[in-house]
Amino acid sequence: MSTVSAIRDDPFRRSAWPRVAAVALLVYIVYACAQLDVSWERVHAGLDNAARFFSRLFPPNFTRSDLLIKGLTESLEIAILASTLGIVLALPIGLAAARNLMPAWISWPARFVIVAARSLHPVIVAIIFVKAVGFGALAGILALTVASIGFIGKLFTEAIEEISDKQVEAIRATGAPFASVLAYGVLPQVFSRFIGFATYQLDSNLRNSTMVGIVGAGGIGGTLFAAFQRFDYDYVCAILISIIALIMIGELFATAIRAIFIENATFADLFRRGAAMRHVRHTEDD
Amino acid sequence: MAAPYASAPASHERIWQRFSRAQRLTRFAVYLAVVVAIVMAAQTVEIIPEFLADAPEQMIDLVTRMWPIDFAHYPDAIHAALMETIHIATLGTLLALVLALPVGVLAANNLVPSLPVNLFAKLILVSSRSVNSLVWALLFVGIFGPGALAGTLAIAFRSIGFVGKLFGEALDEAQRGPIEALTAAGAPWLSRLTFGYWPQVRPAFWSIALFRWDINVRESAVLGLVGAGGIGMVLDSALNLFQWNRVAMVLLAIFVVVIAAEIVVTQVRRRVI
Repeated sequence: MSTVSAIRDDPFRRSAWPRVAAVALLVYIVYACAQLDVSWERVHAGLDNAARFFSRLFPPNFTRSDLLIKGLTESLEIAILASTLGIVLALPIGLAAARNLMPAWISWPARFVIVAARSLHPVIVAIIFVKAVGFGALAGILALTVASIGFIGKLFTEAIEEISDKQVEAIRATGAPFASVLAYGVLPQVFSRFIGFATYQLDSNLRNSTMVGIVGAGGIGGTLFAAFQRFDYDYVCAILISIIALIMIGELFATAIRAIFIENATFADLFRRGAAMRHVRHTEDD
Repeated sequence: MAAPYASAPASHERIWQRFSRAQRLTRFAVYLAVVVAIVMAAQTVEIIPEFLADAPEQMIDLVTRMWPIDFAHYPDAIHAALMETIHIATLGTLLALVLALPVGVLAANNLVPSLPVNLFAKLILVSSRSVNSLVWALLFVGIFGPGALAGTLAIAFRSIGFVGKLFGEALDEAQRGPIEALTAAGAPWLSRLTFGYWPQVRPAFWSIALFRWDINVRESAVLGLVGAGGIGMVLDSALNLFQWNRVAMVLLAIFVVVIAAEIVVTQVRRRVI
């Protein structure tokens, strides 16, 4: 009757290794806190500081609104141009990296370009471009273009590698040249996912375009950092509120564009079912 | 909504169209708006042509200044800062997991059937996500002063929204069967959570945690630019002193760590989850 006793075993019995992992984790936390000089006294001292800090943040100071609007417009321009350039460049690179369509000698270099473009944070890439093309919006545009190539290139490659071979083979069987195979066999299968990545990247570029100014690459970030260093905290608060508002409006537009191209919604649909749009989900990666 | 639209003109041939007129007009309007936005942005953005013409020369200058890479600088300054960066990313992720779990649970309507509580939790998640980690770092540097503590908290607060949102979605998508069985057996709320939901969302949870850790390693490398500790501070001082061969060493170190983190995450995901 060994089977019966096996069934009566505790189904929620734990194996030993999660406990070992938990102890190891605890040891690591204590070690890392000691390394970082993170202690309760510092947190406590900071909390006293926080009250003073927040009282200086409020009320937000919108008096220098012309500078604010100029910075936000420049951030928006950087985001739009970087997304456009990034998408235009990422499509051929992503296509070249797809292993089901391309031979290894093309796909490996293309994959390397994508990994390299993804590995460094856009703000760090912006530092290099500030040196190359000087302070200003162009450095930001180029930095975010590199980031867009990495992100869209990676997802576009994955989308192409997941397509069904049937359509591609059917079109090849008719003797179609490679360009026609792409246009009629591959692209229609990845179009809706592509719209998803593109709008997501626009959203992500908008977030980052408000930050590249910290290293001098244009946009509102420079104004924000300068105000912060001058302890001009009420202006910092105004800038932060404006950035968050801009990002939320951008997110709204991105959701609307996804609904139009993926769910075939019309403008009338968008107004009618504002709530239903929330069903369009997207993956998140920044 | 996406029904094919057929029009029957005077001749008896039927013309099949994929989209209705309203759908076509909407799509056309979006294309038009995109083109107008790009043209307007390209016309008004401030680009100094002299700087652009100068770019190849500057790029060559940058490479010659970066070479030879200052490997000797690695043991005396970069290694410690690099370890600090990894600690910031790891501790920040752990803190975010601890903070995001309850918020994610509160945001899932099937676990906490109260709309005001759900909306409040979602508000926390949205505000965490819409503030960039560099901005969180600025705020925490303002509160706690420069250093790794500000960086850790910035990473944690930025990650709460990400982890909480994805964890909440995983909870929403959990199978109803086991939960109903537990409810029928009279299990209290906490037991339903630990024996009904947790086993179902555990793989998703660890996968989200690893994914976020990978992102955080990248992000924590820049936090030092605003004074929040880690390798970014070494990078910032090398940049301010125009020590480009040290900058090259720092960039190489960040690159290697980011690639290594990605490899670790892929391997752990393949073996454990």
